[in-house]
Amino acid sequence: MTRRPTIAVALDGAGWHPAAWRDPSARPAELFTARYWRDLAQFAERADVDLVTFEDALGLQSSTLWSTDERTDQVRGRLDALLIASFVAPVTQRIGLVPTVTTTHTEPFHVATGLQTLDIASRGRAGWRAQISGSPHEAAHFGRRTVPNVDIEALLAGDSEQIRAGLDEAREVVEVVRRLWDSWEADAIIRDASTGRFIDRERIHGAEYEGEHFSIAGASIVPRSPQGQPLVAVLGHQTIPYELAATSADLVFITPLDEAQSVSILGEVRDAEVRTGRTGRPLSVLAEVVVVLESTPAAARAALERLDEQNGSPLTSDALIFTGTPEQLLERIDAWTALGYDGVRIRPARLPRDLEQLADWVLPALGRSDAAGTTLRERLGFELPENRYTAAAAAAGAARQNGEAA
Amino acid sequence: MADAKRQVHLAAHFPGVNNTTLWADPLHRSQIDFSAFEHFGRTAERGRFDYVFLAEGLRLREHKGQLHELDVVGRPNTLAVLTALAAVTEHIGLVGTLNATFNEPYELARQLSTLDHLSGGRAGWNVVTSSDAFHGANFRRGGFLDHGDRYHRANEFVSLAKELWDSWTADAIVADRATGRFLAEDAADAGAFAHRGAQFDVRGRFATPASPQRYPVIVQAGDSADGRDFASEHAEVIFSRHSAFDEARTFYADVKGRLAGWGRTEDSLKILPAVTFAIGDTQAEAEEVAREVSLAQVTRRNAITVLEQLWGTDLTSYDADGPLPAFDPGEGPADTVSGKITKGWAPRFPNAVQIAQAWRAQSEAEGLSIRELVIKVAGRQSFIGTPSHVASELDRYVQERATDGFVVVGTTSPHGLDAFVDRVVPELQERGVYRTEYEPGATLRQNLELPEPGARVAAVRDAEEEVRRVG
Ligand SMILES: Cc1cc2nc3c(=O)[nH]c(=O)nc-3n(C[C@H](O)[C@H](O)[C@H](O)COP(=O)(O)O)c2cc1C
Repeated sequence: MTRRPTIAVALDGAGWHPAAWRDPSARPAELFTARYWRDLAQFAERADVDLVTFEDALGLQSSTLWSTDERTDQVRGRLDALLIASFVAPVTQRIGLVPTVTTTHTEPFHVATGLQTLDIASRGRAGWRAQISGSPHEAAHFGRRTVPNVDIEALLAGDSEQIRAGLDEAREVVEVVRRLWDSWEADAIIRDASTGRFIDRERIHGAEYEGEHFSIAGASIVPRSPQGQPLVAVLGHQTIPYELAATSADLVFITPLDEAQSVSILGEVRDAEVRTGRTGRPLSVLAEVVVVLESTPAAARAALERLDEQNGSPLTSDALIFTGTPEQLLERIDAWTALGYDGVRIRPARLPRDLEQLADWVLPALGRSDAAGTTLRERLGFELPENRYTAAAAAAGAARQNGEAA
Repeated sequence: MADAKRQVHLAAHFPGVNNTTLWADPLHRSQIDFSAFEHFGRTAERGRFDYVFLAEGLRLREHKGQLHELDVVGRPNTLAVLTALAAVTEHIGLVGTLNATFNEPYELARQLSTLDHLSGGRAGWNVVTSSDAFHGANFRRGGFLDHGDRYHRANEFVSLAKELWDSWTADAIVADRATGRFLAEDAADAGAFAHRGAQFDVRGRFATPASPQRYPVIVQAGDSADGRDFASEHAEVIFSRHSAFDEARTFYADVKGRLAGWGRTEDSLKILPAVTFAIGDTQAEAEEVAREVSLAQVTRRNAITVLEQLWGTDLTSYDADGPLPAFDPGEGPADTVSGKITKGWAPRFPNAVQIAQAWRAQSEAEGLSIRELVIKVAGRQSFIGTPSHVASELDRYVQERATDGFVVVGTTSPHGLDAFVDRVVPELQERGVYRTEYEPGATLRQNLELPEPGARVAAVRDAEEEVRRVG
């Protein structure tokens, strides 16, 4: 039996179209309220979406890349994604919760403990989309360092060397975060009243990391969470980000714009896995797609045109912009699945309108997720990861035994 | 109303990482599982408390070069767990201890603002400054901050955070579909800020619109003169460690006396000491409960640990049921300096030799063993008695201006608050000194009966306006 493709829904403000907040379905005055986020997440869960992601950035939205603008006709302002995910954790039961947390200015220690706590509060449904912050204006919010201006033309033309430093730093951050996640073995809390010991300190390990960008010492303050390692996702458009995904992530979100790229980018990702010597489970690959769904192709196109008109310019995106019917979207998903994609991350152009369309038409047609368990790992068919320290201790024990036997 | 009674404010401290949390008690569950926080938060809400409170520790404590294994160890991330708690409670305030040293103002300000949005105005921030290389090693920044600079950074941190929270006006978002205006016309630069100071040089646009309270309620727990100055400038609540009546009243008068210098009124700052309780149907029963709790908190090994912290040396060969060491700190087998042997605890013993001599004198005079002495000097049983006795004591403190209320610390997680809420709270309500219902939709600041933030700014502005008009 083939698995149902993974369906991720990317939540951001009133939707991914800058004029989405003007859609009749939108609740633009509620974008910063608890009720809005609870409703969206609970709705997605009832619709059997596998996971929702929450976008974030350390600066204000803008119509221009890597600088701010002064537009007053688009949504501006957002809440912290990790905290939105934490908020919806206790009021949902099955859906995966994957916030974006940036790696550039944040402390890995806070990132690690925040995600562990999300994993605990959601009983094993946490993931993390690790993202770098490449913009000078975000660096100015921290004032600790400057980041070089990126030549966007060159980047789009394929020169991802310019962002290598940021991605190398991100790789270190993910490594440190994973070490912190492993720093407590699963059975470190013993509560042994007879000896008065609450923990077995032999089963808690410092992250002890000395890298190019920073060093840290000490263990997490949070015991091992249900998934041990929440799933890590990376969005990539270029070779170097694919390599970051291959070395550091469990899931990769990629942006094929047509049939040819659907094949070629998937190939690039697999090449990156080989080149970086990835071992274990291959990356789970999800295609990104912005969707405007209506009952006829013409209605969907018209809906997009109306939004474009309200915005004063056509929607642009790094990902495929899909207008059409739910059946057409199903065909697209089928085609990607046939190529070896594990699923899609759908970016609804309008919230909740396009999420409702997905719930009414697309997800029922895909059938229920066949996951047996309740954690995000179980839902997506990932094993529980072994703790590196537990594994090392077991290996040492086995070696000792072999030595004795020999 | 001349005879109006002063109202008691209560906060609930989540029992966490300390020897005071009795993990071996059959009632103790977890300090990590979310269900524990949920039970605790709901219980506090049932008891009409102002807020629940989380302490912070950013590295696992070490004693004699190893992780300390005798106390409860491990706690969740403060902001994440408080935000989750916001989803399963309705009225209770959510106050987290968050360090001004190992965070960045932009990031922390938006997280606190997010908590305030998602909780509908229930966020509070206990600003702590503790910094040392031991904690610093866990962070990118490292242990870069001198002890003396902690409050400089904290002060500038809070001022900058307020600039960020003020960078959006309450009416910046109009979200008018018809006109296509999301931001108000005069809000095109919503969030714009520029700050240059000794600690921070930052500029840009703050990404989170004004939250229901605009600022979280600012709580402070430092005790030094610097700490008290910081508190009288910024704090709206002081989490104090002065719970004995006379000491509490002295502290209260000192700190409240500093407020006028900052143009603040007395009721713009609430002082709430941390207190524990032991209740029983009779005084004798309560005392028995208190004694059992003390013995469980100060085990023989824990008593020796406390001594080792003060003496700065290994004392495992000592019998906790025997006398204290005859030598002074710095003199014995290894002259390690106090404070070095344990890491991750707030330094408690500024003058080790003097304290050790006092402890020895007391133990000799009263015939106390090591363990009995430690229970006496470090034990924390504040209120012991029947529910009615405890309630009348709490009431007395508040009516006689020793405090504005209390931070109640239970001994097990998550049930440590149950008995207090079931038995003491009704007694307070009967006395007319404690709310029976929340004001619907009230923010934490409103529940604490604190002035709105910005009221001071507005008052200054009005006064200037007045001067202009008259002049
Ligand atoms: C009642 C009380 C509780 C405190 N709780 C914490 C805490 O949870 N985490 C922390 O890092 N510091 C905590 N502190 C330490 C203070 O924030 C402060 O850093 C310390 O008291 C030193 O400041 P001072 O010299 O002004 O007293 C606490 C202090 C007091 C008095």
